[in-house]
Amino acid sequence: MSFFAVENLGVRFGGVIAVDGVSFSVEQGEVYTIIGPNGAGKTTIFNLIGLIYPPTSGRITLEGQEITGAPHHVAQRGIARTFQNIELFEHATVLQNLLIGRHRHRTTNLAKELLFLPSVRRAEIAQREAVERVIDLLDLAHHRDSLVAGLPYGVRKVIELGRALATEPKLVLLDEPSSGLNPDETDDMAFWIEDIKKELGITVLMVEHDMNLVSRVSDRVLALNEGCVIAEGTPTQVQQHPAVIEAYLGGGE
Amino acid sequence: MRFIFKTDYNQDIRLFQHGGQVFWYGVLGLLLLAAPYLVSGYVLSQLQFICIYSIVGLGLMLLTGYTGQISLGHAAFLAVGAYTEALLQAAGMPFIVSLTSAALLSAAVGVIVGLPALRLKGIYLAIATLAFNVIVEEIITRWESLTGGNSGKLLKAIEIFGFRLSSPESFYYLCLGLTVVAVLALINLLRSPTGRAFVAIRDSEVSASCMGINLAYYKTVSFAVSAALTGVGGALYAHKVGFISPEQFTLIQSIELVTIVIIGGVGSLHGAVLGAAFIIMLPQGISIAKDWVPDAIPQAGLQSVVFGLILIAFIIFEPYGLYGRWLKVRTYFDVFPFYRRGTFRRQRSYLRSERLR
Amino acid sequence: MFSQFLQLTLAGIAQGCVYALVALGFVLIYKATETVNFAQGDLMMLGAFFGLTASTVLGWPYWATILFAIVVMAAVGMLIERIVIRPVLGYPTFTVVMITIGGIVTMVPGWGTETYSLKTPFGDSVLHIGGAVLAAEQLATITLTAALCLALYLFFRFAKLGVAMQATSQNQLAAYYMGIPVQRVNMLIWGLAAGVAAFGGILLAPVAFVHSNMGFIGLKAFPAAVVGGFGSVPGAVVGGLIIGVVEALAGFYLPEGFKDVAAYVVVLVVLLFMPSGIFGETIRKKV
Repeated sequence: MSFFAVENLGVRFGGVIAVDGVSFSVEQGEVYTIIGPNGAGKTTIFNLIGLIYPPTSGRITLEGQEITGAPHHVAQRGIARTFQNIELFEHATVLQNLLIGRHRHRTTNLAKELLFLPSVRRAEIAQREAVERVIDLLDLAHHRDSLVAGLPYGVRKVIELGRALATEPKLVLLDEPSSGLNPDETDDMAFWIEDIKKELGITVLMVEHDMNLVSRVSDRVLALNEGCVIAEGTPTQVQQHPAVIEAYLGGGE
Repeated sequence: MRFIFKTDYNQDIRLFQHGGQVFWYGVLGLLLLAAPYLVSGYVLSQLQFICIYSIVGLGLMLLTGYTGQISLGHAAFLAVGAYTEALLQAAGMPFIVSLTSAALLSAAVGVIVGLPALRLKGIYLAIATLAFNVIVEEIITRWESLTGGNSGKLLKAIEIFGFRLSSPESFYYLCLGLTVVAVLALINLLRSPTGRAFVAIRDSEVSASCMGINLAYYKTVSFAVSAALTGVGGALYAHKVGFISPEQFTLIQSIELVTIVIIGGVGSLHGAVLGAAFIIMLPQGISIAKDWVPDAIPQAGLQSVVFGLILIAFIIFEPYGLYGRWLKVRTYFDVFPFYRRGTFRRQRSYLRSERLR
Repeated sequence: MFSQFLQLTLAGIAQGCVYALVALGFVLIYKATETVNFAQGDLMMLGAFFGLTASTVLGWPYWATILFAIVVMAAVGMLIERIVIRPVLGYPTFTVVMITIGGIVTMVPGWGTETYSLKTPFGDSVLHIGGAVLAAEQLATITLTAALCLALYLFFRFAKLGVAMQATSQNQLAAYYMGIPVQRVNMLIWGLAAGVAAFGGILLAPVAFVHSNMGFIGLKAFPAAVVGGFGSVPGAVVGGLIIGVVEALAGFYLPEGFKDVAAYVVVLVVLLFMPSGIFGETIRKKV
């Protein structure tokens, strides 16, 4: 039984079949990347895993148990994600964004919080300690108290990653982590993904376009085109697969 | 210029960030406590109103400013609180019981409004709350056996544990005390996970739910707490004016409450209090200005016109509200002479529709 | 019994047409700028008063009055956009909405508290349909509203300006790139919305008399626009008609007081089952 599995997943929007019978499984501790041309359905699959909209067919299981319910249930099962177009909380500070990421670990309830009992204070301090570890890892210390709204794009991508890590997930979904980053920042991102895998022991499921990054960090790769799987294997195998080459570069003359 | 070096998590969490804040809030506290002995009876009466509207403003600020749910019908919660207090007092209940009931009943009504509102966004939510307000007003008017309809209800002075709060000073201290309690409760809420959940819902619902925040639960909690605070304000309001009737809780009042939030500055607790103070003092200001206005301009209804114009002016010129203006002034002096005019400039962005067909 | 029902329904349709006209104004502005103009009802009231002025003070015939009111209000609408709305172009839409709410409050005093009546050329002629009596004024209201709706539908579907207006609300930057003069389009749409409101005001005048509380009738057009689905022209009309008919029936068949809240109850019920109204567009962020 694999750690995370997607079986025969499909969704259609009106007449458009965005995802058609996609199946794959991810082993614990590996970095699994999904590649494909634009419009292949990669982000749609992430949205389906996160239950942002329900699939029309198929099932998704984590550690053998099916994932159902609402998006917050998915988070509580230990799956975190980042968004392609950055969905941070703009009018809050970086620290608050990361603390919100800790939400699933909260131990207090409304009544205790209104009175701000000592147990609430202790819980707050524990949350902040946990968040500091993420800030340390991602080098965000000098942005800690800045409002997200004024920060540059590269920093926001890192905060997005940090927020996902703050949830202490078992599986993290990274949606194009290197898009919009310059080569230096992409290098940093590659190191962080390796750290996530080796030091934090978190399984990574990633959507990516940058083939260098893909080859560098991934254990296995899945190639999609127009909602269907066209190849699966190690990065080298997939990149040499004829169907993949055709999907990206078009057919022969 | 003040630099705050934090070496302890508690410095982040606690109420006052540094010694200067403790000093100034302390001075404010002393002035407020001594107010009955310092100011005239009229000003004291206005202070009572400011406290009452601050509590209501805080309630609405929580819902709209911090959770992002628009409410154009908050006067309905005010009515629930006011009428609950009036009816329970007439039935002989002690004040503690009637006040708590007003809060709880308003909270319950808040939940009732909040539940269907979970799926509504933007203009749909605004109109739904507006509709709710009109319906509650109509129910109060028609249910004459309970509420006295248009003839209204009278209230007697408050009695707590045998003490009669018939003097303005005692009522003032009650209002002041409840305002402080409300502010502290909200500060506590905002520095804990629930408060952060509210802000998350305001800024990005999708991302909030992906972080594990149960949208339905937290939106409902926000409505409930907001309604409870407004209900408490309503109960105090009923005692303040002594006589309540349905026409004190119409759409115009709801708009007034929203104005408090906007003029005060969205998303800040100070804003609620400043906004309340502004709204209460505005009629005074208009009366004073009336003496200078030439007779050619009609006097009747001038208040509404000025009210509307001030609201419009604030939105165009002072979008961060009174608290924002205060922040700008303070920042100016803080970093003098390095203040840049663009520090608080808002970003203009191109409109991009989020509607999907 | 049936004739009574038919009578009420027809009266409701006529009243619903007026709501539909004000609701159309909302929808027009929303379609072009994605903001809500809460002062639309007051624009209707102003339009009626201008018509009244033309009729009584200047002594013009009915049709000239309508034209006058529409033209003047269109100018007023464009002026409002230029002076009050244009400075906040680019800021969040909530800002503009609050400005228009400020507008409602400003217009509350109005022209004093007298009621005036507007003379129409239809006089007291009535039409008999299946036992029900339909005043000629009501018939005129219904037909003219239908004609206007058709004209607007064709406008948005086929006219360049209509399509341009839809473009500016969906993606302003792209509209600019396509060479659409966004600010001028916004000004025109406000003029159009105000003109439509004036049209509604004149049509309402014989039925409800002209007075400064007319704005509150306009308030009922909100539920109408929302019921039909904000952003949909047919929705505004359908919503207005539903509210008008329900109100008329409630006034007769239900106890006192229900007529006033009928509109609001309807909107809550509809939103409960259809969170975006009947024809509305769902507001959902694509991630």
